[in-house]
Amino acid sequence: MFGYVIRRLIAAIPIALGVSMICYLLVYLAPGDPVQTLLPPDADAETVDRLKRLYGLDRPLPVQYIEWLGRVVSGDFGRSIANGRPVIEEIQRSLGNTVLLATLSVLVAFSIAFVLGTIAGRKAGTWLDRVVTGVAVLGVSVPNYWLAIVLIIIFSVELMILPSSGTAGERFDPTSWEHIQYLILPVITLSMIPVGIIARTTRSAISEVMNQDFVVTLRANGLPEWRVLKHAIKNALPPVLAVMGLQFGTLMGGSILVETVFAWPGSGYLLSKAILTRDVPVLQGTILVLAMIFVVTNLAVDLIQSTLDPRIRRG
Amino acid sequence: MSTAVSDTAAPDAAELALPTQRGYWGTVGYRLRYDHVTLFFGALLLLIILAAVAAPLLAPFDPYQESIIRRLKPPGYQDRYWLGTDELGRDMLSRLLHGGRITLTMGILPVIIATLIGGSLGVLAGFAGGVVNMSIMRVMDVFYAFPSVLLAVAISGAMGGGAVNGMIALTLVFIPPLCRVAETATTQVRNLDFVDAARATGAPMHLVVRHHVIGNVLGPILIYASSLVSVAIILASGLSFLGLGVKPPDPDWGLMLNALRQAIYVSPLVAAMPGIAILITSISMNLVSDGLRAAMDVRS
Repeated sequence: MFGYVIRRLIAAIPIALGVSMICYLLVYLAPGDPVQTLLPPDADAETVDRLKRLYGLDRPLPVQYIEWLGRVVSGDFGRSIANGRPVIEEIQRSLGNTVLLATLSVLVAFSIAFVLGTIAGRKAGTWLDRVVTGVAVLGVSVPNYWLAIVLIIIFSVELMILPSSGTAGERFDPTSWEHIQYLILPVITLSMIPVGIIARTTRSAISEVMNQDFVVTLRANGLPEWRVLKHAIKNALPPVLAVMGLQFGTLMGGSILVETVFAWPGSGYLLSKAILTRDVPVLQGTILVLAMIFVVTNLAVDLIQSTLDPRIRRG
Repeated sequence: MSTAVSDTAAPDAAELALPTQRGYWGTVGYRLRYDHVTLFFGALLLLIILAAVAAPLLAPFDPYQESIIRRLKPPGYQDRYWLGTDELGRDMLSRLLHGGRITLTMGILPVIIATLIGGSLGVLAGFAGGVVNMSIMRVMDVFYAFPSVLLAVAISGAMGGGAVNGMIALTLVFIPPLCRVAETATTQVRNLDFVDAARATGAPMHLVVRHHVIGNVLGPILIYASSLVSVAIILASGLSFLGLGVKPPDPDWGLMLNALRQAIYVSPLVAAMPGIAILITSISMNLVSDGLRAAMDVRS
């Protein structure tokens, strides 16, 4: 087991390096010289040169990348072009909000989807199964930025019972309804896709387990159906939990649209503001952090899963 | 349990006779004919695509024609604006029809290009194996390490938005997963006896690939690609929604949704319409893709 963990960790290093390389190269995808985004269009050649030297942009690309990587590893992501504040501070301030949103959404999605998927998997082929499968397809087909708008129309505009966007304050207070009410609509919206995906996974895992010999044996021994189900759930849980973990990573990087609609002050909203203002350091830093979280989540899920079930270890 | 036994008995008898009567595609067609859900949504999808293609003929008004006096009118306004008007007084129906052309193109074209590129890379990696496989698949792993929304936003955001850049970003997002599917399928086929036999007879590499590998790998790749179209349409509209895809005044469902976001207090029904168009298209695409997968599954 220990050897496997080490091997997986080592295998993650080149991926993490590759991810950082892509994030670095993003600056060069931008049309024109990276310096031009910093300067007014009528800047003279001398100013351009001076700024290039200042930012080290006159040196070869690999050298620049390694220097940048060195700074990033020590926590220096540069400064925001829009407001001059260190990028790392901006990310730190917003990341917690996105973690909160993603965690709650995945938990809500799991509680709904696991029940739905278990019902469908147990009754595979019946109308109940079809209804659940239909819900699952709907969940993955709904554009969540549209659902966000529809929920705002229903709950904020028509019923006027929930706020349409924003937060109650800088620090989240889980004991105050004032704070919690801002979370409800974003969490419902973000949990839609995970509901679809987790329900599907649970359905196939449960129906597979239900067809195994040990279930027949349990039933033949006269075990009540709910206890048979308990055994089935225990066997079906690991792959479902793995999918849930992966969904967390996906939501962390994928909440940008929903956060934008709800003006939720998380990393996705930060990213979308950075895009509008063409704030490249913020764009680069946020994407790097979110992608790294995704890499680490996937790695953690893989390691936990292989601890629980050694059969699934990869190469 | 007794009902289950009698349920499976009937198709078994029918299936025993199948292989001699129908080929593979015959069986697929036979299964699809009795899959009413897939047929219905397939027809709906066809209708949406036809409506988009024929938009210039079908649209009752010019989708760019603005009017200050008829802004945000409800559906059925003056009995001529059937779906109402948008925030600049443009006819919603005309814009939704024309928007379908742009949105569907933005969703489908990247998947097609990514299927060609990712599929070829995957077949190459799977068939060549060794160092070639290693170098292709490790690069794919890096792109795979990004959540798809984030990668699409990152690339198109850095490139400065626009429809073409959005499509390039989406193509790059879809190449890695398609490459993986193609690689897995090719590796499986490569180790089958008939491929060995063909190589043993001295058939040149490109002929082996063309006759034995492509035919067996194409199915899984195409099924997977079809399941990506729905994701692609949602993502493409999402990019436009963020201001990274299609630019105004061009009608695109995602862009329209964003522009109408300010109008939810005045005209909520009209504001929700572009999203409904995206939803119906993506549900249809998902169900058709599921139906095709089930029909093309040789094991069932």
